[in-house]
Amino acid sequence: MNSADEVNPAPPPDDQDRDQDRDEPDARGRPVGRRVVLGTLGLGALGVLAAPPLQRGLESFLAAASDKDPTGLTDLLPNGGGFRYYSVTSSVPRKSPADYRLTVGGLVDRPAAYTLADLRALPQTRLVRDVQCVTGWRVPDTPFEGVRLSALLDAAGIRPEAKAVRFTCFDGAYSESLTLGQARRADVLVALRMQDEEIGHAHGGPVRLYVAPMYFYKSAKWLSGITVTDKVVPGYWEGRGYDIDAWVGRSNGRDDEPTSG
Amino acid sequence: MSPRTDAPPAAPATVRRFGPAQKWVHRTTAALTGLCVFTAACLYVPQLAQLVGRRALVVTVHEWSGLALPLPFLAGLASRAFRADLRRLDRFGPHDRAWLRAALRRDKRPSARPAGKFNAGQKLYAAWIAGATLVMLGTGLMMWFTHLTPLMWRTSATFVHDWLALTIGIVLAGHIGMALADPEARRGLRTGFVSREWARREHPLWRP
Repeated sequence: MNSADEVNPAPPPDDQDRDQDRDEPDARGRPVGRRVVLGTLGLGALGVLAAPPLQRGLESFLAAASDKDPTGLTDLLPNGGGFRYYSVTSSVPRKSPADYRLTVGGLVDRPAAYTLADLRALPQTRLVRDVQCVTGWRVPDTPFEGVRLSALLDAAGIRPEAKAVRFTCFDGAYSESLTLGQARRADVLVALRMQDEEIGHAHGGPVRLYVAPMYFYKSAKWLSGITVTDKVVPGYWEGRGYDIDAWVGRSNGRDDEPTSG
Repeated sequence: MSPRTDAPPAAPATVRRFGPAQKWVHRTTAALTGLCVFTAACLYVPQLAQLVGRRALVVTVHEWSGLALPLPFLAGLASRAFRADLRRLDRFGPHDRAWLRAALRRDKRPSARPAGKFNAGQKLYAAWIAGATLVMLGTGLMMWFTHLTPLMWRTSATFVHDWLALTIGIVLAGHIGMALADPEARRGLRTGFVSREWARREHPLWRP
């Protein structure tokens, strides 16, 4: 083709194809491009099949590397270890010991509002378990410490018609729920400390729920309200397709190792 | 001497490199990719996640921009010019092998880098990013519609999706970096035209 074609850019289609075949080296040669496309696809499929052993190897390698990494860059790598921050709202207000309140209400005989100091004065339980997120990451041997939820429920006096407990959060959007049976388990805490420190704002401080045997979305951050109800009210993510009974390894189509018997 | 000896018509200073089809396929694909990468960063990088929050919204934007990513390409298939460029990208000739060898030797002389309308590096990039996009789409769908695939697959798909995302990020940065270093190549995609001199130097075997 020559420059005259620019003036008349629509030559008969057959001519154009033939011109290209004749003149351009690009129109000849072997179809390597489509082989690269198919090869990449094949590697991707192979990656999915080989993922379990690959992931185990990388996780242990990266966990070791992040222990010695002063820059924190390894935390940005996939499976780089540690917690990931999820919030469903654009910003979350901060609560200090002065203005934090945890209310207990609903189908109870004695509604209550606890300050941070009130909660700290109650008997504390420390649990060390793995944390398993439904998106795949797992943080081993994480200590949580706080008041057993069952203690707060007993103090409030549950009415006979009560069946479930609903949790609300001061981020203004998140909510969670447990059946009464689940809520009374000894490994369900109103947590004040995590990793042996007071819970920071990013981790849901000053007070969060900790439901050891379930996926971590059940452990609502920024806990501010406990309401006893006559039926389970699905929580924030459960309205978006996640399982309500979120036992680790037995829900959400996953088979992770259970975190708490 | 004739009073009107016209000089032979000078060849125009610019040549057409891309028509509207290629330009718009590239633009819309770039916009969707940008959206995918930005929302991925907001889901993934802790500092950005804390800044942006709104997780359910970000997830939705990420899913739909990802799902839409192949659409500009598919629409482009209606264009003869776009299909002709795909054929050029697909075929590798002996000159492409020479180009790749020179690239591996870091030989930057134009004479060592014979290329048609697309050089071998561009061809490899196009094919790889197409395959990688399909893998991201497949693994993304497995993570999205969890009840369609067996138990183990979702974790495995997440693993591939995460690491391939990181790889694509790096390769994409290289792609953008090379475009930033070559204003004439960018002009080709913006206006459709490039200077004849640039075409001769960078793509000597191309017959525009």
